[in-house]
Amino acid sequence: MAIDELQQREKQGTSLWQDAWIKLCKNYLALFGLAILGLLCVISLLTPWIAPYGYEEQNLILGATSPSMEHWLGTDIFGRDMLTRIMYGGRVSLTVGFIATAVALLIGVVWGAVAGFVGGRTDAVMMRIVDIMYALPFMIFIVLLMVVFGRNILLLFLAIGAVEWLTMARIVRSQVMALRKQEFVEAAHSLGLSQWTIIRRHIIPNTLGPVIVYTTLTIPSVMLLEAFLSFLGLGIQPPQSSWGLLINYGVETMEEYPWLLIFPGIALSLTLFALNFLGDGLRDALDPRTSKD
Amino acid sequence: MALLEVNGLKIYFHTRNGVVKAVDDVSFSVDAGETLAIVGESGSGKSVTCYSLLDLLPKPPAVIEAGTALFDGEDLLSCSPTRMRQFRGNDIAVIFQDPMTSLNPFISIGEQLIEPLIYHPDKTRVKDRKTARKLAIELLDEVGIIDPEARFDCYPHEFSGGMRQRVMIAMALINKPRLLICDEPTTALDVTIQAQILELIKQLQKTRDVAVIFISHDLGVVAGIADKVIVMCDGTIREAGDTERIFYHSENEYTQKLLTAIPEGAKVLPNRAEKNKPLVEVRDLKTYFDDYNKGSSGKQSIKAVDGVSLEIQRGEILGLVGESGSGKSTLGRSILQLAPTTSGTVKFDNTQLGELNPKQLVPWRRRMQMIFQDPYASLNPRMTVFETLAEPLLYHGLANSKNIEQQVRQLMDDVGLAHSQMRKYPHEFSGGQRQRIAIGRAIATKPELIIADEPVSALDVTIQAQILDLILDLVERHNLTMMFISHDLSVVRYISDRVMVMNKGVIIETGETEALWENPQQEYTQQLLKAIPLADPKRERLRIANS
Repeated sequence: MAIDELQQREKQGTSLWQDAWIKLCKNYLALFGLAILGLLCVISLLTPWIAPYGYEEQNLILGATSPSMEHWLGTDIFGRDMLTRIMYGGRVSLTVGFIATAVALLIGVVWGAVAGFVGGRTDAVMMRIVDIMYALPFMIFIVLLMVVFGRNILLLFLAIGAVEWLTMARIVRSQVMALRKQEFVEAAHSLGLSQWTIIRRHIIPNTLGPVIVYTTLTIPSVMLLEAFLSFLGLGIQPPQSSWGLLINYGVETMEEYPWLLIFPGIALSLTLFALNFLGDGLRDALDPRTSKD
Repeated sequence: MALLEVNGLKIYFHTRNGVVKAVDDVSFSVDAGETLAIVGESGSGKSVTCYSLLDLLPKPPAVIEAGTALFDGEDLLSCSPTRMRQFRGNDIAVIFQDPMTSLNPFISIGEQLIEPLIYHPDKTRVKDRKTARKLAIELLDEVGIIDPEARFDCYPHEFSGGMRQRVMIAMALINKPRLLICDEPTTALDVTIQAQILELIKQLQKTRDVAVIFISHDLGVVAGIADKVIVMCDGTIREAGDTERIFYHSENEYTQKLLTAIPEGAKVLPNRAEKNKPLVEVRDLKTYFDDYNKGSSGKQSIKAVDGVSLEIQRGEILGLVGESGSGKSTLGRSILQLAPTTSGTVKFDNTQLGELNPKQLVPWRRRMQMIFQDPYASLNPRMTVFETLAEPLLYHGLANSKNIEQQVRQLMDDVGLAHSQMRKYPHEFSGGQRQRIAIGRAIATKPELIIADEPVSALDVTIQAQILDLILDLVERHNLTMMFISHDLSVVRYISDRVMVMNKGVIIETGETEALWENPQQEYTQQLLKAIPLADPKRERLRIANS
């Protein structure tokens, strides 16, 4: 490495995240994933302006038609344009996927890290709460929430997030318990750092690998969970749509009108692939031990 | 003809970052009944050389590029996997470094011992269970396991480290091998146990007339056991010859460097301790841990530290010596309030630390720091050198965002790290450099007391010498008081003004370093001192003969 490059690197004041970004930029597969996700988000944002039809515009005479020049991805049994519905569905699915996962991530990582780090009685109590929540039938929990607070899309995010964090908390806790005994954590203690500072600076960054992988798995599962809830009448209501709902309806009419299943399926799979590529790339990028060059 | 003849062995590792020449043109031979020691620092290729003989290398990345290894006239490097399995454990056996991990914890040691007899690929040598058991018990007796009949059905966790290594040796010997490869067999053991195991290996070699390849980084151990020595560095043989020639008439610069790097003799610097001005006063300190594993009768206490009183004077370097499990690390941690104490008091600069809550303790933490043993575990892998060194400075308000860079540079100068390495992560450094970073972190807050817990035990001998000198230099320049914990008596002698010997949670003996060395009062101390291997074949043989 040339001297000036070294000096430049020294000046840059790189941190873990900056280094990670530099490394991510060299991972084309991860960048591709990021681009796809970005594209999907932009399309979702602009949908009201760029969608070819309205999402509730019916054409009962037309009925279900296969893809054509007017309707690129065909129409459903009510003659509604599939492309439009997938675009509007993406808005809901992506929002649910990201927000609910973010909620799960936030609660899960903090809960798991604190339980694992403090240990002892605190740990026992915190993890028993997790166990109780695990044991609680999920549906009853959601239905209860809906009954008490009414049907509300925000509540849906919270409800899904509040269930998905349990596994995250367990994963993080087991990681933290192993980390807690490491000498660098003890070194941080002997420097007088407060518990929270140690968790934030020394513990959580070292749990990122498994957390990222699990996150990329959570997002699609959250999207499908939303579909399930919507199907039961607890989530999004027709004529609004989401990818999960579209897939559900698509499955019912799979034999007669396969495009009703295929296209929303492609949209969801594409997101899933992009997430996996990005997740793997992020995991490698955030681990300084993988080569920088 | 020699039993084993290795010729022009080349082993390259093909990694993502290019080809690493782990072993580059190595030739040697071993006769029956002879002990060949391969000496080298970590990464010198000494283990790779020996593992290749039994096809134990991970392939890929390892590729044997060239060479032959004739064992009794048959090439080990080109034989079929089936033939290799017949060699393994049969003609050639290996004793590994860590007896704690090389036994299966779920199978009784007797069962593991007779495994090679019962499930042998060579059907003609398969024994029935009864004969196998009888053989195994005889062998356990031979390697010095007391009451082998009863111990046969015990599980590995019921044995101590030294006993496990004896079991490993028995396992290696059970098929009467002609070549025994010992890969640092005593590195993980205490010094008194080490002496016993070495004696055992030597004695078995005599009675069974096996050839031994002894891999070690410890020249003291080698001096006592080897007939011939090979010195390896960076995959090549630097020097080879008879033990006495290597130790007394070495012509190679690297060998000489290795020999001079061994800390020997007394501390060269004057004692800077101020009389009657104790920085640390410990009174009747007890640290017990609950042990839930022992028995079903409820919890029992492990008395890690059991009533220790001591004083450390300002400017003093106090050595704390003890074998594993003696409680020396726990004592250090208890003084720094990193381990909860059961009773007793710790006074630092006339303040009772035990009475302070965690918040009140923070300013005191700044004044006392710790250096840890394992530089691979004591640094956060996701923080750069800059972040690691800046953290204590910023946290204690000793620097602000403007002058932090300059302060970190100064710290790096102090511990001998190049400024260009500021943005690197720990994994990019060698063990010695990592320990420098860890030392930098410890002195960042300008502490008065540093407790160093085996700071050089994980390092190579040449690096060890550098780090010891760095520590002495820093103690002098920053006017530090230090407690130096180690199991290595030579190191402690080299660095300490005063020494304490600890065993089973209590201090057995205290004294000025040289006085204690000359005239140890307690039997345990005498044993400890007697067991230190000397890097001098004649004196070492004399020492072994006397003990």
